[in-house]
Amino acid sequence: MKLSLTVNGKAQERDVEPRMLLVHFLRETLGLTGTHVGCETTICGACTVHLDGRAVKSCTIFAVQADGRAVTTIEGLASDADHLHPVQKGFWEEHGLQCGYCTPGMIMTTAALLESNPDPSEREIRHAIDGNICRCTGYQQIVNAVQHAAQVGKGRR
Amino acid sequence: MPVRPVSVGERIKRREDPRLIRGLASYTDDLKLHGGLYASFVRSDYAAGRIERIEASRALSRPGVVAVYTFEDLRGTVGRTPCVARPEAGRDAEHPLLADGRVRWVGQPIAVVVAEDRYLARDAALDVAVEISPTPAVVDPRAALAPDAPRVYADHADNIALHVPATGGPEVQKLFAEADGVVRLELLNQRLAPVSMEGRAVLAHWDEGPQRLTLWTSTQVPHLVKQSVAQCLGIAEIRIRVIAPEVGGGFGAKIPVYAEECLLPWISRKLRRPVKWSETRTENLLGTTHGRGHVHEIEAAYRKNGELLALRGRVISDVGAYPSFFGASIATFTPLMMPGCYHPKAIDVEVVCVYTNTMATDAYRGAGRPEAAYTVERVMDEIAAATGLDPVEVRRRNFIPKDAFPFTTATGAIYDSGDYELALAKALERFDYAGARARQAKARAEGRLVGIGVATFTEICGLGPSTGASPIQRTGSWESGVVRVEPTGNVVITTGVSPHGQGQETAFAQLAADAFGIDVNDVEVLHGDTDVVTHGVGTFGSRGLVVGGTAVHMALEKVLAKASRIAAHLLDAKPEQVHFDGESFRVAQSDRKLGFRQVAEAAHLWNVPIPGEEPGLEAVARFEPTGTTFPFGTHFCEVEIDADTGELELIRYVAVDDAGRIVNPLLADGQRLGGIVQGLGQALCEEVVYDESGQLLTATLLDYALPKAQMFPRIELDSTCTPTQLNPLGAKGIGELGTIGSTPCLVSAALDALRPRGVTHLDMPMKPERIWRALQEAAR
Repeated sequence: MKLSLTVNGKAQERDVEPRMLLVHFLRETLGLTGTHVGCETTICGACTVHLDGRAVKSCTIFAVQADGRAVTTIEGLASDADHLHPVQKGFWEEHGLQCGYCTPGMIMTTAALLESNPDPSEREIRHAIDGNICRCTGYQQIVNAVQHAAQVGKGRR
Repeated sequence: MPVRPVSVGERIKRREDPRLIRGLASYTDDLKLHGGLYASFVRSDYAAGRIERIEASRALSRPGVVAVYTFEDLRGTVGRTPCVARPEAGRDAEHPLLADGRVRWVGQPIAVVVAEDRYLARDAALDVAVEISPTPAVVDPRAALAPDAPRVYADHADNIALHVPATGGPEVQKLFAEADGVVRLELLNQRLAPVSMEGRAVLAHWDEGPQRLTLWTSTQVPHLVKQSVAQCLGIAEIRIRVIAPEVGGGFGAKIPVYAEECLLPWISRKLRRPVKWSETRTENLLGTTHGRGHVHEIEAAYRKNGELLALRGRVISDVGAYPSFFGASIATFTPLMMPGCYHPKAIDVEVVCVYTNTMATDAYRGAGRPEAAYTVERVMDEIAAATGLDPVEVRRRNFIPKDAFPFTTATGAIYDSGDYELALAKALERFDYAGARARQAKARAEGRLVGIGVATFTEICGLGPSTGASPIQRTGSWESGVVRVEPTGNVVITTGVSPHGQGQETAFAQLAADAFGIDVNDVEVLHGDTDVVTHGVGTFGSRGLVVGGTAVHMALEKVLAKASRIAAHLLDAKPEQVHFDGESFRVAQSDRKLGFRQVAEAAHLWNVPIPGEEPGLEAVARFEPTGTTFPFGTHFCEVEIDADTGELELIRYVAVDDAGRIVNPLLADGQRLGGIVQGLGQALCEEVVYDESGQLLTATLLDYALPKAQMFPRIELDSTCTPTQLNPLGAKGIGELGTIGSTPCLVSAALDALRPRGVTHLDMPMKPERIWRALQEAAR
């Protein structure tokens, strides 16, 4: 099937099998390997990307469902090393990651959270990341990372 | 005195992170080679049975399917699945890379399909028809000990893989006879799935030109993979390069060398094309080693005053269907660590490792020690309940006093250093134990089920010396470090430890930065590539900093000594007159000095010959510890249980840990928090479940419940520092500490909450249903 969409601001046109998952399209067809596969059952959130600005798990939707829409992956969040997204900075400052495998998904989820709720409470942050599993950090530093990003956001406004 | 601020001891943020937070790091499955193929496995649906027929023609007829291999194709060309902790003769079990006519666990690889891409390989794997005649399976390790139990290996007299008899002797009987009371417990330490977020993945490329294999694999131990694959396939080690690129967590399950890591090189060499496989989550839960899986039958003799006199009983360890890499050796740590922070006069605990028709068990965070800590901590609470003493007081009365270190326990472990009172005192204060008990009394009066849990614990880290690691384990406990100074004065470190989230790229850079007075960012730390790191063992058992860091430290010292001699020559001084002040080499009682970078440059210049010295500035060191370290801690928590639903809410958690000197508190806190939550996961929700026929009921993350963010409050951390004398860093290791302390602490709290309602025993995981049932039964 013909598929045209925008990925990280760049128009893409490809012919794909209808059953191809979005995560495999991103990783294998486009080579955007920052989006990871963790569980294939929508539980772990390692594959989270933004679809038209909303956080979705790309392991359980088909690539063709993204037809005509805009996808942002972790690679599209910062233009270069000097222009990190506040959430990326938060994760770095607060040691919000260890092995880093769940991290792109966590960052995409929490970046979407801050778009809709720029000043979340700890409870709201924990609620928001309940669909993302991290096996390393025990989540606490991830919460700190999101709070850090929210603080930066406050300073900006 | 150093003239610049030191970085060791500082919360320096990680150098690893920029690539990871931008999605620019490469894990094995992210790699793609030209002409690469993809492999998919056909796995057994039965826990036990004979393979009658394998029919692959339909799979092979699909365009793009390159090959299907079964055991018949491997016969005579490969060895068995690697294992370095083989049980005693006669109990050992042959574990072929692909099933050799029999299957012994659900998930065992039977055939491998190789195709042009991932989807095709998986489709074709479904096309392979395998006919199996099932035979009776045995799943429960206690049932497997029955004389008439089905045999996992038909030619074995029983299902026992390894038996380590108790050694306590008559003294134990005497102590039990003298005791005021005896506590009897049967404790389950359920099977857990390590679940690194990245599953295992392997990419093999046999390059026919140079006759070399490059193997990318998601492992904790690249050098052990190299040795094992060489042995299994009969390829010289010099023909093999193993690379562990970015590794998405391990927790012990990426120590074993697996059949897939041997098969893919075999396929690549046969087909002369690169081939990749990456685990699905279901494959991960079926076919990557599990942890724990213990039953402890324990009796504890005590006195009225709370003193623990002796322990006896047995540890039954479920090793699964075959001895995995370290598998059968893990349980041998358990009796060794059974004394915990206390000093029972004698311990008489035997170990029985049992084969069952399930996936093999092997190391999982703590490996053998959490099981011991769980048991001795439950014993402490039972003694408290029996004597009417406060659980904290019982522990305190049994502590090894701080002036008794180094202390040899009843099981022969030599504890390096410790001050258990100090950690306890700090935790009591931080938690406000007295206040918490007062609030609990009030809550109880209102009918609420509030519980306070405590665990005081120790663990064994920085495993060494090699000979003492475990009686049946054949691996070294040393580690290597190489320090190479570039002519510019920048430094490259290579280390045999192979971190996967622990942050050693940062910690080791800190060691070098302080040693040479340079910036952390001017140090590069390389690891995880056997062509780059000539020798190494790997990362497990909290050995990264303790053993690997010490090797780096030793190499740094060697380089500094040579640099000092070069500086003395250049400054026209005697070597003993020159010292390094943290920034420059200075001649005593003069203002003559040279910076580190000037010395580095001079060391490399061909026209500055230094008498008696080779050009260059580089050193290799290997550190073999003379003993093991024993970090420790005290954890407290408060829970509230909903009597109507059995739901447990964790209200507070306070951890005071002592891992000796800390190089980077930020990294240490990360290890502690992650470990605590992982241990709480065991207490609360995690459990690998097989049904009676050996089907895995927890084969997806919808069924295997992992800890999630909403389950926990903010965990409060504090620490004490009791350095070890066993390494120059004074570091004891920290990766497993949290896991060891948190599991018994939470169970302690739950039982404390439930005791007024008559509940005196709970098994993990303490899911709401289990707690609710315990309440109903007690009420009857």
